[in-house]
Amino acid sequence: MCDVLRAEQLTVRRGTEVLFQALDFELQPGQMTWLRGANGSGKTSLLRVVAGLAQADSGRLLWGGVPLSQAEDYRAKLTYLGHANGLKDDLTAMESLEFLTALHGRPYRPERLRAALGHMGVAHRRTLPVRWLSQGQRRRVALARLALQTADAPGLWVLDEPFDALDDAGVACVQGLLVQHVQRGGAVLFTSHIPVAPPGIALQTLQTLQLPGTTGAGKA
Amino acid sequence: MNACWIILQRDVRLASRRPSDALMPVVFFVVTASLFPLGVGPEPATLRQIAPGIVWVCALLSSMLSLNTLYAGDYSDGSLEQMLTSNTHPVAVAGAKAVSHWLLSGLPLILASPVLGLLFDLPPSQIALLVASLALGTPTLSLLGSLGAALTLGLRNAALLILLIVLPLSIPVLIFGAGAVASYAVGLPSDGHFYLLGALLLLSALGAPVATAAALRISV
Repeated sequence: MCDVLRAEQLTVRRGTEVLFQALDFELQPGQMTWLRGANGSGKTSLLRVVAGLAQADSGRLLWGGVPLSQAEDYRAKLTYLGHANGLKDDLTAMESLEFLTALHGRPYRPERLRAALGHMGVAHRRTLPVRWLSQGQRRRVALARLALQTADAPGLWVLDEPFDALDDAGVACVQGLLVQHVQRGGAVLFTSHIPVAPPGIALQTLQTLQLPGTTGAGKA
Repeated sequence: MNACWIILQRDVRLASRRPSDALMPVVFFVVTASLFPLGVGPEPATLRQIAPGIVWVCALLSSMLSLNTLYAGDYSDGSLEQMLTSNTHPVAVAGAKAVSHWLLSGLPLILASPVLGLLFDLPPSQIALLVASLALGTPTLSLLGSLGAALTLGLRNAALLILLIVLPLSIPVLIFGAGAVASYAVGLPSDGHFYLLGALLLLSALGAPVATAAALRISV
């Protein structure tokens, strides 16, 4: 089980425009949270704040009751996947995945990496430079990081459009990973433009604002 | 510390995948320095006198050459986000990137400089001093340069801005680096120049990674 991430009165602006304000939510272990909102409503900004890449203009985030900046184990527990896949064009799929997992302090043996790429259906492409892979295949390589964590202590996954560029089989595969992660006591915060309906999972929906400058953000 | 080593290893591997890009700075260094005898004239006494200054100016310019790609690639493909959301402190990430810049563009200059010394007919004792001054000065250039690269991340005209930010800061290194060899050549002690180069290196090693990490936090 991972700790609870609690957001209190979170406000984020872009320039003078208020993206969302006084947003309260909790990411519980064993719970999946679908962040919804129109284009430009601040979903990515909120994910970046949760990942610690950006600062909120006001409000605070607590990890197990401790502010994020002082929570020492937060980064070790966090898996963030943004719009960009974080893969280098000149490295092979295998090398890219190896670098990312080692960087995050979770090195795995090559067999594990290969198995994770296999789970995502890209094992046959593992020795090709990332530059030769299609968008969907790159996304699958980046998402293989999730498939690697099936035996680790579950943490918090923050995923920005994880189903982007994936085909139906890929979407089903990633949904399976999310469900498995949540059932093991992990927490997930993600955005998606396709409907997600995992069976038997508590799905919390969080809505960012549709109209800039108005209040009313909160749980739907 | 471990993550620093992983980032370094990856950068060296990436450079080995694109040898033509990696060799650019040292080729630029040798080619521009060897143009001077053609422009200034073949008088050996004149060349010997201006050699330290020429080698140092060319070293300064060629270490600027690869700066705008230092963070830009990692920024656009999402690798930088991954580094900053990992458990590694941003200051350690900035330090590792500065070391990798020095390894890939500073160290080759030091290794190539004896050839230029011979080209300008410098005596062996002065060539040794030239190498020593570059060995002490180029790490400072990489540290200051990575600060400039982080500050201009994601901006248009980044290459020009880096020059405008970093060149004024590097002038002391240029003065004391070239001055060390020049003062030895006229029979004065050069210890003072080396102490000052060492002091500049210590100062930038302590300050630049912290400032670079702060700049990365704003830019990413």
